Amino acid sequence: MKHLIEAFNLIAIITAIILPLLKVKWKGIAAVSAITIQVALASIVSISVFTGTSVDYSYIGSYITGAIPIRVDYLSAWFILVISFTFLTGAFFGMQYMKQYKDQTANLSLHAIAYLLAYTALVDICIVQNGLALLVVWEIMALSSFIIIIFEHTKKDVLKAGINFLIQSHLCILFLTLSFMWVKIKTGTFDFTGITAYTGQVPTLVSIGLFIFFFFGFAIKAGFVPFHTWLPLAHPAAPAHVSGVMSGVIIKIGIYGILRVLLLIKTDFIAIGYFILIISVISGLYGVMLAIVQHNLKKLLAYHSIENIGIIGMGIGLGCLGIGYNNQPLIFLGFGGALLHTLNHSLFKSLLFFTAGNVYSYVHSLNIDSLGGLIRKLPRTAILFLVGSLAICGLPPFNGFISEFLIYIGMFKSISGLGFSVTVLMMFAILGLVLIGGLAIICFTKAFSIVFLGSPRHISLEDVHNEEKASVSPLYPIVFLILAIGLVPTLFLNIISLPISQYAGVMPINAEIITDYGKTLSLIGLYAAILIAFVVLVYLLRRYFNKNTIQSVNETWGCGYVGPTNKLQYTASSYIRTYRKLVQPIFKIRKFKADAQGIFPNKAHHETHPYDKIEDWLIDKPLGLIRRFLSRFTFLQNGNVQAYILYGFIFITLIVLIPEIYEKILLLIKFLNQL
Amino acid sequence: MISLLLIIVASLFFTGIIIRTKSIASGRKGPGIFQPMKDIFRLLRKGAVYSKTTSIIFQIAPSFYFASIVMAILAVPLGNYPGLISFQGDFILFAYLLAFGKFFMIISALDTGSSFEGMGASRESLFSMLAEPAFFIVMGSFALLTGQTSFHTIFSTLHYGSNISYMLGILATFVFGIIALIENSRMPIDDPKTHLELTMIHEVMILDNSGFDLGLILHATNLKFAMYGAIISNFFIGDLPLMYTIPIFLAVQIGFAIAIGIFESFIARFRMGHNPQFVFILTSVALLIFFGVLLLLQRFV
Repeated sequence: MKHLIEAFNLIAIITAIILPLLKVKWKGIAAVSAITIQVALASIVSISVFTGTSVDYSYIGSYITGAIPIRVDYLSAWFILVISFTFLTGAFFGMQYMKQYKDQTANLSLHAIAYLLAYTALVDICIVQNGLALLVVWEIMALSSFIIIIFEHTKKDVLKAGINFLIQSHLCILFLTLSFMWVKIKTGTFDFTGITAYTGQVPTLVSIGLFIFFFFGFAIKAGFVPFHTWLPLAHPAAPAHVSGVMSGVIIKIGIYGILRVLLLIKTDFIAIGYFILIISVISGLYGVMLAIVQHNLKKLLAYHSIENIGIIGMGIGLGCLGIGYNNQPLIFLGFGGALLHTLNHSLFKSLLFFTAGNVYSYVHSLNIDSLGGLIRKLPRTAILFLVGSLAICGLPPFNGFISEFLIYIGMFKSISGLGFSVTVLMMFAILGLVLIGGLAIICFTKAFSIVFLGSPRHISLEDVHNEEKASVSPLYPIVFLILAIGLVPTLFLNIISLPISQYAGVMPINAEIITDYGKTLSLIGLYAAILIAFVVLVYLLRRYFNKNTIQSVNETWGCGYVGPTNKLQYTASSYIRTYRKLVQPIFKIRKFKADAQGIFPNKAHHETHPYDKIEDWLIDKPLGLIRRFLSRFTFLQNGNVQAYILYGFIFITLIVLIPEIYEKILLLIKFLNQL
Repeated sequence: MISLLLIIVASLFFTGIIIRTKSIASGRKGPGIFQPMKDIFRLLRKGAVYSKTTSIIFQIAPSFYFASIVMAILAVPLGNYPGLISFQGDFILFAYLLAFGKFFMIISALDTGSSFEGMGASRESLFSMLAEPAFFIVMGSFALLTGQTSFHTIFSTLHYGSNISYMLGILATFVFGIIALIENSRMPIDDPKTHLELTMIHEVMILDNSGFDLGLILHATNLKFAMYGAIISNFFIGDLPLMYTIPIFLAVQIGFAIAIGIFESFIARFRMGHNPQFVFILTSVALLIFFGVLLLLQRFV
């Protein structure tokens, strides 16, 4: 196994060296085949872990890092599989998608190398068990994801979003560095076991503090509210396959981090459970509420990632409560829901981003309000987007329902029997999850039907090329998995019961619980299949009844009005107008409008600019203050070389003099003391 | 199984009774109670006109809608007799199946590219989203009260001991009654018989449907009514034997239909802008049930 993992890393390095030397035509093929081999190696490792082989060895490391243990446990293996699948489909889709940029040779090779490195680093994060080594790999991951995001770096918005991403990911690294240093100072080791040893002997409050530090770091990566502000900027800026991969798995590494720390830390899990559950419900609601009012399709999907991270977080919170109350079914349902939703979200979200990418490459616009009627030109993309939408709304017979069901049932089970405060908390969480579901339906009915249905609003369908089969073919495996999880969930439940059992501690999860919920889930799968069969039956019945009747085609019924134009149809903004009015107090929505007035009216227009209030408070306002403060020192930057030399001189003098002055001060204090 | 049959039977005359009650209340002769079903059978055999803006979605959506409602009905029990779908958490599947059908109706309305139908779709999605929490809070409260998590086990262990629990039953009936009105777009949320398309919700969404599709949609509405009536009747049935449950079931259905008819005869539709507040009331009533349950179990700390 050790050789497989080494080969895995070696392939990335070799490909990174070779790739710039190849011709453009071969670059894509080389990158995709390299990633395919890597995925194959990673899958072999993880599957063998699931079948019982233990992968556990150690590198000597250096004086600073200490030994670097490499361990692939069930949790790592699960995440490696999730990451690998999305990166593989992303690579195949990306090869199609990037054809429109084939003249940017150098840029493409950098992009492909960064894509490979990001994948390699993500997998390595899952297996490294040493704090400092993890930080190094994490940095590689952050930098390479920065490079793949700013592919179109000549655009100002893209660069701005990229820099925002870079800064926020380093904020995340800062928190992680601080937490690892905290443990290192107290225990003298960067090894993960240090966390367990340290938190085992300190008061609960300190260990919760350490956890919060870790959580903040990972939450920035995962995109929990209020650390989510980079997501809606970075996703629209990146190329489609990168957005899909980023939303599907790169942000999930934050979830992996939280889950890993939960495995290691010893603390009061009830308090942590409350904390995570509440922050997750807020994330979920806030994400979806903002998603609805967005105008850019990719931005809408980005806000939905925040929502889904919230749902995953709810599962984790439930699981923590389960550990705290030593309630095995709750551990199983909570962590099971979280782990399964991690996979599910990576599937349908990458599907949605890829199809949105298809829309962009055919229409060159992602503004929902100007699209429409695309199902006629892009039928496969439309149906795939519909599948993704249904799955992300958590509707049966697709996969989203299964994981949300696990979380729901965990909440309903723990509503009684765990005390008053848990009951109230669960009611709050159920309310949150229900509202998230309902709002997601508003959001995706809007996204799907305004983009793909009706008649085009500000585009002309004649200009859209006919859909090529190759542009959607990499997406079918994703749909297959989405349906497979929806119809045979038991299969996946058995796999995730292994990582879950790690959380149950010394006592393994009761086999009865697994079979019990396995039975429930297989019933759901069965009913999902019946639902599909029943739909088909009704549709066939319709065909039969309609066989002998007259079917005709006419204008849309305009309630007596006979001059319909496509300007009369509902737009995305009008579809959500009532909702927008309801939530207006919570968000900052700037609105400009000019009505048509008079006999010869001017052009009427109406625009809304939704803005995130948390971003305003947390990022914009403090930044403005800092800028105001710092602007007082702009006189220092006067462009005068002599002045700069002077600054350098002053700096060096200060550096030399400070120890001297320090000693003098000490002397003075001593002297004063003696007096 | 028995509940499915009974719901299908009830769905045949439910809307008819509403219409008949309204006609009696307004002093008209009115049609017979099976007239809506006769209309539906006629529609099923008729041809259809499709808008040229529509796509395949518009053609398949009614089938999805109808199928989802029938599947949801399978989850509804009758007293001691579980529905065909019965497992822990089946009411979650129930709610999501209904949402599945709704999703398709909404996108099919937007498929026509009509301003009216878009308007209906917008309202439908918002109001049903606002109504959903009430359902889950009521079910959560009963899960707390009984310690069970499926329709059948909750309803069969739900027994009315003290005065507060009767109150809870009445409140729950109220909540489900209003949910049924919202989901089926009746007064006071929506007026299916108005002549102005601007003021409708559900009826305006299906303006362009005709023939078999329209028949399916109309009968789906009947089924939905009978389904909510069945859930309400479950609050009162408990674990009585079948010879009592069937008459109670039918009495509740007929009573529910007559109540809706009388209600619609003497009340005007709310202003559309006030509807969200009204729907929110439902959530707060559901929260009352929740606090009632907490009181009953003496869980307040």
